[in-house]
Amino acid sequence: MTAAAPVTPARGPADPAAGRHAGFAGLLRAEWTKIRSVRSTVWTLVIFVVVCIGFTALIAWLTESNWFGPRAAARNVRVLSDPVGFILGTGIGLGQLAIAVLGVLIITSEYSTGVIRASLLAVPRRLPVLAAKAVVFAALLLVVTEIVAFCSFFVGSAILHAHVPVALGDPGVTRAVIGAGLYLTVLGLLALAIGTMIRHTAGSISTIIGVVFVLPILTGLLPSSWGAHINAYLPEQAGTLITHTHQTADDLLSPWQGFGVLCIWTVLALAVAAYLLEHRDA
Amino acid sequence: MIEVRDLTKRYGDKLAVDHLSFTVEPSRVTGFLGPNGAGKSTTMRLILGLDRPQEGTATIDGKRYDQLARPLTAVGALLEAKAMHSGRSAYNHLLFLAQSQGLPRRRVDEVLALVGLTPVAHKRTGGYSLGMSQRVGIAAAMLGNPPALLLDEPVNGLDPEGIRWVRNLMKQLAAEGRTVFVSSHLMNEMAVTADHLIVIGRGKLITEASTEDVIARSTDKSVRVRTPDADRLAEMIAAAGGKVVRGGAESGAQNGAGLLTVAGLEAPRIGELAASASIVLHELTPLASLEGAFMELTSGSVEFGAAKTEAAHGSTS
Repeated sequence: MTAAAPVTPARGPADPAAGRHAGFAGLLRAEWTKIRSVRSTVWTLVIFVVVCIGFTALIAWLTESNWFGPRAAARNVRVLSDPVGFILGTGIGLGQLAIAVLGVLIITSEYSTGVIRASLLAVPRRLPVLAAKAVVFAALLLVVTEIVAFCSFFVGSAILHAHVPVALGDPGVTRAVIGAGLYLTVLGLLALAIGTMIRHTAGSISTIIGVVFVLPILTGLLPSSWGAHINAYLPEQAGTLITHTHQTADDLLSPWQGFGVLCIWTVLALAVAAYLLEHRDA
Repeated sequence: MIEVRDLTKRYGDKLAVDHLSFTVEPSRVTGFLGPNGAGKSTTMRLILGLDRPQEGTATIDGKRYDQLARPLTAVGALLEAKAMHSGRSAYNHLLFLAQSQGLPRRRVDEVLALVGLTPVAHKRTGGYSLGMSQRVGIAAAMLGNPPALLLDEPVNGLDPEGIRWVRNLMKQLAAEGRTVFVSSHLMNEMAVTADHLIVIGRGKLITEASTEDVIARSTDKSVRVRTPDADRLAEMIAAAGGKVVRGGAESGAQNGAGLLTVAGLEAPRIGELAASASIVLHELTPLASLEGAFMELTSGSVEFGAAKTEAAHGSTS
């Protein structure tokens, strides 16, 4: 650094800085700039798209080529009873990991780099920062996950179409495909809330993975109807109901009730996150 | 104008800021001086609403920081230098801050030009040197063209050119009528930059006065004496209650011959002693340094001080 820059600022202090009052629209623009200007966001979403559509195609292709294979009959019954759930299940089951990581990263990376202090100096009331971040992130996720959900469905149903006739117009199919995007979007917000509470990347990612992947396994081990009842109300178990067209006898919740349960978890988590953001030293 | 009243911050049972009160006036550079761990950064974070005080208030032109509608247009702040996402360019870092305040994009280009970073503005900040990062921080502070600036150790890690640049910028900003509040643990840096000093130690106010006053009030006045008859004079000074160190603090071995640094006796008294014994003096210079003043002011309150030896060395009275 040897270049001597001019010292003169652009305007004198008496002159109020030009520009309109920013308001919430300004915060939305700021959060969008933050998200799009960091490579990790873009790469995580690329990984999400590739994993979702790739695994959907792979599983569909394996199923199709194994349709008459040994021990295929039971599986085929399952596939035929809920083709959308089958097509979307694998890709989303894996892809949701990328969404959870991204939801955590967009807030914990601010803490690890110190950007959070710049953000809070600009918006000292703090809560609008979290609100704007949640709105922008949700909008981005909704667009990306809906596109991926529809692409996955079309790819999977095209590969399987010889044996599994399923179309968007069939009962519940459109709801399930749209629901897949909704589930992933709300899951991303849940991850954002956990990241805001914990503030450290590794701890937050472990927590969201624990909630989504590990908790259902643990509650599944609980004895009798107990476990089943707790299990049904876990964020992931309840939330993914919306991606199925076929209700099983064991389901305690309807698809929309399940989605509602996920939303309640997420709203509660965001409320705790907002409270902590507001009251902790930054 | 920044006003701090009775500000108190505890972390657990550790009192970081202890009923601190002071006022930072516009149109001058106010230095915020104290040893490491004295509570300077905490005080700045309290003023900026990043930490919540247990007691007291900090206001900027009468408003608490979180009551400011567009805070970056009221106060610019530089806290730690590397508070940027290493994967984001300086331009985008400043752009999101500008957008949050409803400032036009043009303003981003202006502050980038102001700090001389236009050529690298679109490069990721992970590759920036500490000096370049510091300039991004200053650009962010200047983004809203604020009437007040808070700079926490702005010259830390800068090369001499960068230090001179920051120093001139602060003086210019104060000359324009802005409030400039700058912290440092380097007393000599403050001596050449600040017009006014607020000195704290262990979270408490030690003194608040003009830089000249702080130096002048120092009781750590030592006197440099040069004489061909150093041995005899040294004995006489010691007998009269003065403390003599052979050679000067800044002198090399070569310059040391015949040089005494005396504490505890004023220059006229030394002159009289020398005259009474007909000792020839080549030099008799009263010394006062901000460093000495600072050491004395804070000697009772050095948080991580090297216990007694250091403190005793600083305070020879």
